[in-house]
Amino acid sequence: MNPYWVQILMLACIVAISAQGLNIIYGYAGLFSLGHAAFYGIGAYTAAYLMKLYGGQSQAAFLAALLAGGGASAAVAYLIGLPTLRLTSDYLGIATLGFGIIMKVVFDNADSFLPELGGARGMTGIAKMTTIPWVIFFLLVSLLVVRNTIHSSYGRAILSVREDEIAAETMGIDTFQYKMVGFVTGCAFAGVAGGLYAHLYTFLHPSNFDFFKSIDLLIIIVLGGLGNMSGTLVASFGWIFLLEGLRVVLPPGYVELRWVLIPVLLIVAMLLRPQGIFGAHEFPFLREKGTR
Amino acid sequence: MDYFVQQVINGLQLGFVYALIALGYTMVYGIVRLINFAHGDVFMIGAFIGLYTIERFQWPLAAVFVSAVVGCTVLAVLIEQLAYRPLRHAPKIASLITAIGVSLFLEYFTSLRQVFGPHYYSFPRPFPVVSWHWYGILVTNIQAVIFLVTILCLLLLQFIVFRTKMGRAMRAVSFDYVTAGLMGVNVNMVISFTFGLGAALAGVGGVLYGIAYPQVNTFMGFMPGLKAFTAAVLGGIGNIPGAVLGALIMGQSETMVSAYLSSTYRDGIAFVILILVLLWKPTGIFGTSRTEKV
Repeated sequence: MNPYWVQILMLACIVAISAQGLNIIYGYAGLFSLGHAAFYGIGAYTAAYLMKLYGGQSQAAFLAALLAGGGASAAVAYLIGLPTLRLTSDYLGIATLGFGIIMKVVFDNADSFLPELGGARGMTGIAKMTTIPWVIFFLLVSLLVVRNTIHSSYGRAILSVREDEIAAETMGIDTFQYKMVGFVTGCAFAGVAGGLYAHLYTFLHPSNFDFFKSIDLLIIIVLGGLGNMSGTLVASFGWIFLLEGLRVVLPPGYVELRWVLIPVLLIVAMLLRPQGIFGAHEFPFLREKGTR
Repeated sequence: MDYFVQQVINGLQLGFVYALIALGYTMVYGIVRLINFAHGDVFMIGAFIGLYTIERFQWPLAAVFVSAVVGCTVLAVLIEQLAYRPLRHAPKIASLITAIGVSLFLEYFTSLRQVFGPHYYSFPRPFPVVSWHWYGILVTNIQAVIFLVTILCLLLLQFIVFRTKMGRAMRAVSFDYVTAGLMGVNVNMVISFTFGLGAALAGVGGVLYGIAYPQVNTFMGFMPGLKAFTAAVLGGIGNIPGAVLGALIMGQSETMVSAYLSSTYRDGIAFVILILVLLWKPTGIFGTSRTEKV
């Protein structure tokens, strides 16, 4: 396989990790988030900054930087979640959208407080550390974490909050706490994925983490089927390869048709299958123990 | 002080344009609970209709507004019937993704070379600019036109919503569309009408925006659309005076930040205000919270 497609494959795995995060937040916990890319960006900038200053080329430092990126995203998610998770559905969506745009403005102006981050000119000089084993390792970890969490008592509590918050509350479930657990975990995934992204392309620009990237992730999890790990996985690969594939398939001079065709496909997909490609079906290894 | 008053006037100019867009968001949301992401792009189409009718055909200003209104209304009704109506009973997120799809389609389709093209175009001035100096404050006839046209639209909207049979039907559908249907209201028609009405206002807004900030591009609808939607949420979504108030706050804050801080923070401030207001009133300034009954 040529290096270009290897890079696309790695990107697809990274997007899948981040999408699994959003799948926990929106698919399982039912928290409408339109600002997922902001957490992806926080992870990317944190990991890249730490690696650039202290990491060098060491693999152990890379792992630490990735985890720090995830941790930073989780910490910010906790702080943002404290006030905003009280909001209901669309209001939460618009608040997270707002947070996403604020973070984009922060990334754009980041050079005024940390010159290494580059601000609107973009951040350069990041080591190329992301390799196939790294992305596959983190993708498997993310799948395992989601599977095992969702089929645990924690996961059932999270699902109950999505299904009926009042009923869950009367059964003694601390709904706010479980929403927070879902939100923070999902954002931590995005943070790790962001770190991998930074060290794959070795260049970060605020536009990599704008509203459209949040929308991409939302499209992926809805296309795959909300609250469906297999669907999210397949849709992540499908989306990335569709974007790149169209670049190859379309005759030269017609590449701009890409973004005319994609929305049409998207609308048709939604009209034909509003419940997503997979609906409620999961791959066997992602099902609950005993039903595999 | 003069500088401050000047900024207030500039802020009003921006706020009025946002108000025209925000009304479409708030009315559609009030009726079908859908964030109509394509609305900002309908606004863009309005601006382009203005561009073509002024530059190519040299129509008088009234005809320009009428053609933008008609064009946007037809477009919005078509979008509603083709893309949203089949999904009305599907999960809400399916309509939302479809709305995003429609938005992307409108932006990228119109940016093809064969349609409008991907460049920035300068928007022609339909009338010579006259400015009045008034105790050190500068007011232009562009601002006068924006204020007059917007206020006229608001009065007209108020009349339609509160004094006509269609307006009563709209209010009934937004209150409870199942019951409204049982009472003999043609729900489908009311929903199409609402989309059309919102788009008509956005069309007017598009032309005004082009006159005031004379540069148009097929992606111009995205940010104003997002901010207008934020304004609608700020005021309490589904509430018409709320949308206008939200838009005015939005216009003022943005102008003040550009004037006193830095224009690089302009896009962020709107959302900081939004989040602060939502913390204080989770359903917006004029929004009513619904108590959930078991």
